[in-house]
Amino acid sequence: MTAALELVCPAGNPASLRAAVDAGAAVVSAGFADDTNARNFPGLNFTRPQMREGIAYTHERGCGVFIAINTYARAGNPDPWRLAIDDAAALDADAIIIADIGLLEYAQRTHPQLRRHLSVHASASNAEAIRFYHQAFGVKRVVLPRVLTIKEIADLNAQIPVETEVFAFGGMYVMAEGRCSLSSYATGQSPNTDGVCSPASHVCYEKRDGKLISRLGDFTLNIFSDDEAAGYPTLCKGRFVTQDAPSYLFEEPASLNALGLLPDLTAAGVSALKIEGRQRGRAYVSKVVKTFRDAVDAAGRGETVRAGELDAMSEGGRDTTGAYEKIWH
Amino acid sequence: MTQSLSLGPVLFHWDAETKRDFYYRIADESPFDTVYVGEVVCSKRVPFFTPYMQEVLERLQRGEKQVIFSTLALIMSKPEMEQIIELSENTNLLIEANDIGTAALLSGQPHVIGPFVNVYNEGTLEYLANKGAVRISLPWELPSESLTALAKSATAELEVQVFGRIPLAISARCYHARAHGLHKSKCQFVCADDLNGMNVDTLDGKSFLAVNGCQTLSHTICNLLSELDGLQRLGINTFRIWPQAIDMVAVGQTFREVLDGAITVMEGREKLAEHAYFAPFSNGFFHAEEGAAYVA
Repeated sequence: MTAALELVCPAGNPASLRAAVDAGAAVVSAGFADDTNARNFPGLNFTRPQMREGIAYTHERGCGVFIAINTYARAGNPDPWRLAIDDAAALDADAIIIADIGLLEYAQRTHPQLRRHLSVHASASNAEAIRFYHQAFGVKRVVLPRVLTIKEIADLNAQIPVETEVFAFGGMYVMAEGRCSLSSYATGQSPNTDGVCSPASHVCYEKRDGKLISRLGDFTLNIFSDDEAAGYPTLCKGRFVTQDAPSYLFEEPASLNALGLLPDLTAAGVSALKIEGRQRGRAYVSKVVKTFRDAVDAAGRGETVRAGELDAMSEGGRDTTGAYEKIWH
Repeated sequence: MTQSLSLGPVLFHWDAETKRDFYYRIADESPFDTVYVGEVVCSKRVPFFTPYMQEVLERLQRGEKQVIFSTLALIMSKPEMEQIIELSENTNLLIEANDIGTAALLSGQPHVIGPFVNVYNEGTLEYLANKGAVRISLPWELPSESLTALAKSATAELEVQVFGRIPLAISARCYHARAHGLHKSKCQFVCADDLNGMNVDTLDGKSFLAVNGCQTLSHTICNLLSELDGLQRLGINTFRIWPQAIDMVAVGQTFREVLDGAITVMEGREKLAEHAYFAPFSNGFFHAEEGAAYVA
């Protein structure tokens, strides 16, 4: 009998945190309200007192909180990142999620008892990399980049001494995480150091000749006709022209949805499922977490799970199993 | 300290004989001090150049170039890592790690950390130098403020990219294959069609990016000729130039002449513009602006 998949759920504010816990999350992932985390959007994330209350709420209900401190510390001023680690330890977080080697070294040296997980933004996609983070910094769990097939994940798990957590639902990254500066190229804001990709501050929409144009910085990312639903202009979900033909070159607007793959992920040795979406609202979090709670429990009883359950929550109403299946590549 | 010019690895899938001849000319005629060889983007391309590698290495060494073996930026399978293990066991040359797994493999012996490894701060820099990194080629998106701080604390030699399309992102998915309606496993190596990458334009016709298999580069060509002085004042003296399918001997010579004070930056810039005809220059990352910008 294998252990049930642990559900790690997003919370961008205290209401979402309570919603996630009430809907069946085992763990909530959250960040402080600054550029130390990779969802550094205006109005999102937790002050220190909010984090303290959130941790109390989860701990009272037998759940945990992982604090994401998963951007890269800026040269010349590591203090905000170090303070975030110190505070996570003081607030009794169940783990911190880190990508930066300099910060892992600091966390291990300063707070050896604080559990360390490797963020997806470290993009550890092979056994040597994962063993390195385990041996050098005592990392106990690795969040795998969204570039691997289920078979590759199974092969990896057979070679490494740490738990793996994989993305189950939400944003579908097409580039190796933490190794993409497309958004900084267009906006000057770096996902790696500022914690924002395709930030709203650089987005604009323009109506022209009955069409809606969406832009990021100086670049048009899409042009929608009246009968098309206009999505948010995330750079890698834009429509571009290559070989004289317009297409969603990198990826169609769609959400990752691994709901139908739970038995395969369990068989591949995965320990935890991550639901993406700290930028999402309470209703979204509640619905997605509840659906996954039921699905994980059903899969634990050996029952089949319907994949279509969350279609309404997906970007553009569409979903994909992404890199988990070879056909995606 | 003398300045050192590096020619980065060829990122594109050039025909093997073309690439061999390219390196012969670099060996014989160019002013580069260091030349990186090896495949960074796609492991499927490796076998094409293998028959020529030994000749190329010998020719470069006869030309008194320091040769460094560069390696894959994204390693996702055992065979890919085994390629690198085999390389490390069979070469006396320095190896450049572009993935932290490769860096771990080379730990304890002298090696180079490539620009695809995230080195954003002094803590990371120090950690990697203590593990044997003798040269660290920094990520392209670091602004001058970060370079200043890193240069102050560095014990390893720091290298900064000063010319070429910027290798912005790497993926498991091949966009060259996808744009041609092919699957990565049956890609027919269509990436070989575009010597400087495949143009990616916005729907309203603005040039934006360039696709090279699983890699996405900038449309613009990074050019830090005007910033060379400033970099040297920080103590950064090693400059990487990425190969493009243009006269790279001339590009190298232009940088050399500017570094030697034989021509002005303005003259150098005009010369570079003649060669780099297919895209405008950018230097935005250095100036903490959007990477696509050119700050005069």
